Amino acid sequence: MNASAELSPPRLLPGKRPHALRLSRDDVIARHGLVLVVAFLVLFLLAPMAAIFVHAVQDNDGHFVGLTHFTGYLQSPALLGAVWRSVWVSVTVVLVSVPMAFVFAYALTRSCAPLKGTFRLIALIPLLAPSLLSAIAFIQWFGNQGVLKGMLGWFGLSTIYGAPGIILAEVYNTFPHALMILLTALSLADGRLFEAADSLGTTRWRKFFTITLPSCKYGLISAVTVVFTYVISDFGAPKVIGGNFNVLSVDVFKQVVGQQNFGRGAVVGLLLLIPSIISFFIDSQARRHLRAQLSARSVPFTPRPHRRFDALMTAYCALVCLLLLSVVGMALWTSFIKLWPYDLSLTLKHYRYALIESDFAPAYGNSLKLGAITAVFGSMAVFIGAYLIEKTRGLEFVRPLIHLLAMLSMAVPGLVLGLGYIMFFNHPNNPLNFLYSTMTILVLSVIVHYYTSSHLTAVTALKQIDNEFESVSASLRVPFYKTFFRVTLPVCLPAVLDIARYYFVVSMATLSGVVFLYSPDTVLASVAIMNLDEAGDIGPAAALASMTVLTSIAVCLLYALATRVLLMKTQAWRRTGR
Amino acid sequence: MDMKLPEPVEGLSGQGLNIALAVDGVHKRFDNGFVALKGIDLQVRQGEMLCLLGPSGCGKTTLLRIIAGLETQTDGRIVQNGRDISWLPPVKRDYGIVFQSYALFPNLTIADNIAYGLVNRRKPKAEVKARVAELLTLVGLPTSGDKHPGQLSGGQQQRIALARALATGPRLLLLDEPLSALDALERVRLRGEIRRLQQQLGVTTIMVTHDQDEALSMADRIVVMNHGVIEQIGTPHDIYERAATPFVADFVGTVNVLPAVALGQDRFRVGRLELQCAEGCSTHAAGEPVRLYLRPEDRVAEGSLAGIPNRVWGRVGKVEFLGGSCVAEMCIEELDDQPLQIYFSLNQMHDLGVRVGHRMELALRSDRIRVFDAKALQ
Repeated sequence: MNASAELSPPRLLPGKRPHALRLSRDDVIARHGLVLVVAFLVLFLLAPMAAIFVHAVQDNDGHFVGLTHFTGYLQSPALLGAVWRSVWVSVTVVLVSVPMAFVFAYALTRSCAPLKGTFRLIALIPLLAPSLLSAIAFIQWFGNQGVLKGMLGWFGLSTIYGAPGIILAEVYNTFPHALMILLTALSLADGRLFEAADSLGTTRWRKFFTITLPSCKYGLISAVTVVFTYVISDFGAPKVIGGNFNVLSVDVFKQVVGQQNFGRGAVVGLLLLIPSIISFFIDSQARRHLRAQLSARSVPFTPRPHRRFDALMTAYCALVCLLLLSVVGMALWTSFIKLWPYDLSLTLKHYRYALIESDFAPAYGNSLKLGAITAVFGSMAVFIGAYLIEKTRGLEFVRPLIHLLAMLSMAVPGLVLGLGYIMFFNHPNNPLNFLYSTMTILVLSVIVHYYTSSHLTAVTALKQIDNEFESVSASLRVPFYKTFFRVTLPVCLPAVLDIARYYFVVSMATLSGVVFLYSPDTVLASVAIMNLDEAGDIGPAAALASMTVLTSIAVCLLYALATRVLLMKTQAWRRTGR
Repeated sequence: MDMKLPEPVEGLSGQGLNIALAVDGVHKRFDNGFVALKGIDLQVRQGEMLCLLGPSGCGKTTLLRIIAGLETQTDGRIVQNGRDISWLPPVKRDYGIVFQSYALFPNLTIADNIAYGLVNRRKPKAEVKARVAELLTLVGLPTSGDKHPGQLSGGQQQRIALARALATGPRLLLLDEPLSALDALERVRLRGEIRRLQQQLGVTTIMVTHDQDEALSMADRIVVMNHGVIEQIGTPHDIYERAATPFVADFVGTVNVLPAVALGQDRFRVGRLELQCAEGCSTHAAGEPVRLYLRPEDRVAEGSLAGIPNRVWGRVGKVEFLGGSCVAEMCIEELDDQPLQIYFSLNQMHDLGVRVGHRMELALRSDRIRVFDAKALQ
């Protein structure tokens, strides 16, 4: 009955049996691409990290000194104090920022408060500002000559410099980060659960504790780790408003830039890496669960009007937005008045000084240049890298490696990455030494530092398009790169533009990653703000900070406009829907 | 085994005459240790439509992807028209492929989608345009060239995917569950169309499906697979009427399974019943436990049953109404508690007065009962 006997099978000569398909030209190109991506991440992420490890056991002349730096560090009570201070300040910020963001996110997703879109936009503005801006603004509010200095006494404080200032500034800086994560977590709610609960006559509080909280548990965990890591490794705010309150991040800077003690700096850098790595693993676990929830089929929750609750939530959002705006507003105001508190008349002299007269005049232009170059090359590099991992074949062992490295970049604080860069690229024997103190190295460091979320954006976009495009092209004998340019890239254009905008905005604001890497020719706005503030030129510092925020806001608006026009022109197929 | 085979499209030298594709001892073990295919041997004839049928995880899709060069076999060879393609990358092979997901390029027009492979071969523009128009007509969508895939229904999109795969005139067409994403009506309509096109063009086709109706209605031959091995290769009729294994009998169509004991001379005891089967239907010695497989329609219920073997009396327990036909669950005293599923057409239901509680006589067709070893069923 079995039909195999029907036909005599062709006799196949047992030949030599290779163990893989012969490589086509496509495969060869794709493999070279993959190797390039690995080489890039190894060279610009892994190698600098390794350099820190090496420096931690060397003296400044390159001799092996074992764990001397570690023991020296551990015996210094002043430095150990920095560890303790970093930790408790970070914990405090988490305790304020996350609940604050949670209620805000709750209001935006679960109430019928009016102006939700506006509230959301205002809440995200801190993302566009260098972390120094909030510190400067809080000094203006509460500093020695601050408008509200008197309020400090109510809380038993004598000065804003130190822990109180850092905490305030970091709450401002981390608020939108926590908010974005919690908004995602809360918007994943399954409306059917609430309908089921309602049909059983469940109270609002019971629903909150039995449905809402459990469903955004992982979002909360993720928000906590992100905020903690941000604060413990942030450098800008403590530098400006920290006064004598020494924390780890400032300590690294002092050791390396102040005392040229690279070994000690490396030790502190490694210390900073520990909480980041731990948070990274907790966070990646939490995100995995979050994604699992995302993929589950659910009916989105639509809030119903509830007058008292909605009014309460509106009031809360308005208050938070007012506070957030008062920070940017103060920075803006400071940049336009002559001399606080003696001469409040308006002037443009701070802008003139910051942009034309001071030693830091090129800074703003440099930041724009950095932003533009990073936006173009960063989005290209990230997207092509993600494409090669997701859509090509061969070199299977390399793909998880690239993915791991891409995720790891998030775990490395900017300050530590920058430290690694000087140790690695400034080494006289490194053939890449020529990169040191160029714009190129700044671009590379920013691309690598913000690789993770760009990579995830690209991967998500690529996963949404059909997996068989490459197989179809191969069967039609069209090289994969043609399909990449003709289909994949156009289809993913919104994601690519999104990555480009992200890179521009972070390039404008970043400080910790580049503070070790700039040269007089490549000084950046954020670095200039820090130096101007240090020199007491708080007006020009505020002017430059305001310029940075306004530029980023302008770019985001421009982006929104441009994508709308561009999408209308090139993505006509999208609107046809299905 | 009488088979209607299309005339071979072209002659081939050597022993592989008429064979468009030969799969020889293909073995696939994935990196995680899962063995998807165990020594698959298969010959696909020139111009035939071959269906790989089986439950999910049986290895049918893996086999198709190996033929396409999208997966690599661990061992074994694949020869297409006399050319060993086992280790060629997909771009060097000669096939067109259609996926379940259509995989149409969403940002290109329908015409550009179909022309995708042609343009790359540097064909003159006019020629490409003519070929696209020809293919659009062929799949019955002559006016859709300027639309985008998003504007077409699922079935229309799959027609375009088919046109794109055929555009370059490949000698082998691979269809990977092409109808699974469509709704029921569209599915039946398109399955007729694909078959018509395939016969019209005479293109050798391998289709993967888990839907037995699809395989039975479209294929020249069906390859039933399970757990990485071929259970049976045969025409749809072979597969349905002469299932080679209990798995095939069970997977294709519905079947009553009766545990029985062989009595010798093609007689078997089931419960308190003694059944006669066709001569030479089994080699089981008396006393061996077996299983008898009987399809619900393999019974005689009309006219005089006198002289027909395997007559039983049963009472109608439950009736499931399916539209043009019904399945009655018959309780037969001699079979103790095991009910027997029996088909009646709607007309037979009326004519024979079949309804719940009705007692009637049936004869189980001895020529239709298949006998399998009791141990063979896992």
